[in-house]
Amino acid sequence: MKRIYVKEEWCLGCHLCEYNCAFANSGMTDMVKALRGKEIYPRIQVETDENGVTYAVSCRHCTDPICVKSCIAGALSKKDGVIEIDHSKCVGCLTCVLVCPYGAVVEDGTGVAQKCELCMTNSHGTPQCVKGCPNGAIVFEERGEAE
Amino acid sequence: MKHYVIIGNGVAAAGCIEGIRSVDAESAVTVISAENHPVYCRPLISCYLEKKTDLERMHYRSESFYTDNNVKVLYGRSAAKIDAAAKTVTLDNGETIAYDAVCNASGSSPFVPPMAGLDTVEKKFSFMTIDDTLALEQAITPESRVLIIGAGLIGLKCAEGLHDRVGSITVCDLAPRVLSSILDDTCAAMMQNHLEKNGISFILGTSAKEFQGGHAVMQNGAEVDFDVLVLAVGVRANTQLVKAAGGEVNRGIVVNDKCQTSLKDIYAAGDCTEYHDISSDMNKVMALMPNAYMQGRTAGVNMAGGDTVFNNAIPMNSIGFFGFHCHTAGSQPEGCTMYEEADENHIKRLFVKDDRLTGFMLLGHMHRTGIYTALIRNQTPLSSVDFARLQIEPQLAAMGSDFRNKVLKGVV
Repeated sequence: MKRIYVKEEWCLGCHLCEYNCAFANSGMTDMVKALRGKEIYPRIQVETDENGVTYAVSCRHCTDPICVKSCIAGALSKKDGVIEIDHSKCVGCLTCVLVCPYGAVVEDGTGVAQKCELCMTNSHGTPQCVKGCPNGAIVFEERGEAE
Repeated sequence: MKHYVIIGNGVAAAGCIEGIRSVDAESAVTVISAENHPVYCRPLISCYLEKKTDLERMHYRSESFYTDNNVKVLYGRSAAKIDAAAKTVTLDNGETIAYDAVCNASGSSPFVPPMAGLDTVEKKFSFMTIDDTLALEQAITPESRVLIIGAGLIGLKCAEGLHDRVGSITVCDLAPRVLSSILDDTCAAMMQNHLEKNGISFILGTSAKEFQGGHAVMQNGAEVDFDVLVLAVGVRANTQLVKAAGGEVNRGIVVNDKCQTSLKDIYAAGDCTEYHDISSDMNKVMALMPNAYMQGRTAGVNMAGGDTVFNNAIPMNSIGFFGFHCHTAGSQPEGCTMYEEADENHIKRLFVKDDRLTGFMLLGHMHRTGIYTALIRNQTPLSSVDFARLQIEPQLAAMGSDFRNKVLKGVV
């Protein structure tokens, strides 16, 4: 399946992916109205290593996802390879945050969990972090499956 | 064609079904379900009281789960006996079922210590099942004074669930602090303070000596008048069946990392088991839902002829009350050192021994904590990562570029 991968050699560390993610999942049509003056809770996060190298981290859609196995609300599942949260079932216990080895499941600012769903469950249908990256440092492609 | 039998219908059983079906799509599977409910999210019973969820959304799996997996469920039946030699399970109604492999996923039961006059209390409840919860819900009114015996995870979650639906809540516990199984004194004090701010009263360090109807007298002389009593002192693993069959049992049913008991073709998973905690290198009863699923799945795969292990279990808890959360994992072995950060609204305590992170307690700020959990679970040598940086904030940046490239540029 297609996943999000990063090319850290191209990452500018501009954090635009975080804003595009927050906007894409806001359900709003105007980016300014969606984000201005608000603290954002993106599902992708830019990190900087000790040498100043930057790159974005988002859900790896693991082949054997520990978040799905650990969810105490039956809210996380894998559908066609994409790990999704059923927000009607999530009660905000944050067990998924406790177990994700990559720190890719985060709290959404209202107390429940959220994670990258590859923009398959919002109105966009294709990852907006990838689309909006000004330097092609985030790609959405097939890289061979172990499964 | 084989016949797999699962005793119990909780999350370990669901994992077992999914494990079996990942290997064997054909053979018969029978689930013996004492509770008259399809598998549900047991810890969410407090969220039900809180009206954060409802019975429909509490289902752990879809409505068609059993039919999709071609599983026969015997509702309202329990197992009375396992005959390891004959490879049969006898039900409470005397019926006998033959198995090729059986998984005991019978969970745990509330433990109620003897307390004088308990039989004089009219409205008393455990808090383990949907049926307990519905009965408790029937008994409360907006004026009810509720006394909860037990300030552990179950008792406090019950308190949170009841908070907006009753008049007052008092929680008592023999331990001198709340959540004594997962928090140390300092962390427990912060959590207790938060609970008190939300109107929960505590009587700690003492136990109930005597009940006279709606009146409780504690060992330390304190007295409480109440309308409804919740007994959440603790739970005990349901080990009877395997013990009677001749299997090795301590505080829980002893299982190895394939979830096999000491008896051939008898597996066990979930809250009824005792298994290896790699963070303390000790065998423990770790009654935790994520582990129950992973054990169940492991048992199922192995029962059906696959070969898998669950060999990195650790205790871990994510629990919050009234919007204030805590994450704990692993253990604090003797001689460990502690890294600490704290202010009035948060605490971070990381425990290190022999170049390994062995455990942590985090209160108030839960961000990317799974990176810490993975350090414990993988027993990562801290000398191989930038632990000084990790202490401040969990991040892949401190894990080295090889690790990061594997994770972010490949399929994991």
